[in-house]
Amino acid sequence: MSKKQIKTTVNGVEHEILVDSTWTLLETLRVHLNLTGTKEGCSNGNCGACTVMVDGKSSCSCLVLAPEADGREITTVEGLADHGHLTPVQDAFVDNSGLQCGFCTPGFMIATTALLDQNPHPTENEIRLKLAGNLCRCTGYDKIVRSVQDAADRLSKA
Amino acid sequence: MPNFDYEAPTSLASALELLARPGEISPMAGGTDVIDQLKNNRRNADLVVDLKRIPDLLVLESNGSGLRIGSAVSCTEVHNFTAENGNYSALAESSELVGSVHIQNRASIGGNVCNAAPSADTIPSLLIHEAVAHTASASGEREIPLIDFFAGPGQTVLQKGEILKELGVPTPSANTTSAYLRFIPRNEMDIAVAGVGSLIEVDPSSDVVTKARIALASVAPTPVRAYAAEEFLEGKNIDVEVIAKTADLAVEATVPITDVRGSAEYRKELIKVLTKRTLNICLERLA
Repeated sequence: MSKKQIKTTVNGVEHEILVDSTWTLLETLRVHLNLTGTKEGCSNGNCGACTVMVDGKSSCSCLVLAPEADGREITTVEGLADHGHLTPVQDAFVDNSGLQCGFCTPGFMIATTALLDQNPHPTENEIRLKLAGNLCRCTGYDKIVRSVQDAADRLSKA
Repeated sequence: MPNFDYEAPTSLASALELLARPGEISPMAGGTDVIDQLKNNRRNADLVVDLKRIPDLLVLESNGSGLRIGSAVSCTEVHNFTAENGNYSALAESSELVGSVHIQNRASIGGNVCNAAPSADTIPSLLIHEAVAHTASASGEREIPLIDFFAGPGQTVLQKGEILKELGVPTPSANTTSAYLRFIPRNEMDIAVAGVGSLIEVDPSSDVVTKARIALASVAPTPVRAYAAEEFLEGKNIDVEVIAKTADLAVEATVPITDVRGSAEYRKELIKVLTKRTLNICLERLA
């Protein structure tokens, strides 16, 4: 096992961290940077609860090694809102009740933000396909899909 | 996880030097298989060599002779590139099927190949497009037709210290189309019960098939080509009966197992159905 000194930008803040080679990015965020918004679900890339953006691309942070984050820009759910002002994606999830227990929500927020960056006007099928990497045990997904559609509308009017 | 060291070399030469060291050394691109395997004790490593910062392995271009895909290029990049450039429909389709978007953003096509799962979605597409694996090690480089790259489930012909450097995919002619379909019990995010990639080249003046390539996933210890089906189809005008006979012959290339995803009989039936469907898609695309 070896330690690596890495420099990584998380939610716009630069961190220099001494990480273990075997830590995941998820573990680094939650345990060492105390950013517990990102959740640990399956830990094998199926559930999407740990989704963060790495250089703007949605990624399962459970399948990223901490030293890989060196020089990268990471965005977690804590980095979406600006000084307490929710983003249109977050507002849409709140207003459409796109959540129940909330465990999957940070992953969905990041995945939705990334999706709408790439495709501002997705069809319902595209939403269901592109968010298939995020699992929700509560909502049955319909309210999540409506939230994403509403978020797309809000962003196109913004 | 095992206690491994981590290095992210920025040149191929330094990566090959690290890979030639004694001990268990895992090359890693996207890590979506490697990290999962390390976590679950299905892989041991003293050293993980991250290949994502090596420019030689991030090549993605289309030149006079065809497509060059560096082994660390992500599925997302390959999908975006092949959807826009050239005649590689099957490759564009299959690179969009590997796990979720979040996985595709990290997972490389090279990793999908080197992981050598019989069910890997991108491999049949690469096989029908006659991809060549370019490998590199401290002792030199090799070119291996991709069909000869696989030695069994999870096994390739790569030697210790040798990595896949890039995949070369020749330019298909203008009269060529390809398609990949897999069957899974849900709409997305699952492992193929069976998969079929088909490619046909058709002479526009006579509608005769001048080249046929059919490759199958999840029905043998490695991805396989359906040679008898290909031979039958070449030289024919395609009609419903020819497609049906081709599909029957494709089944002959299978030696499927029965497992939790499906029985051997079911897999054979799926190969028949998916062969017909992919050929029909190819025809629609030519029209």
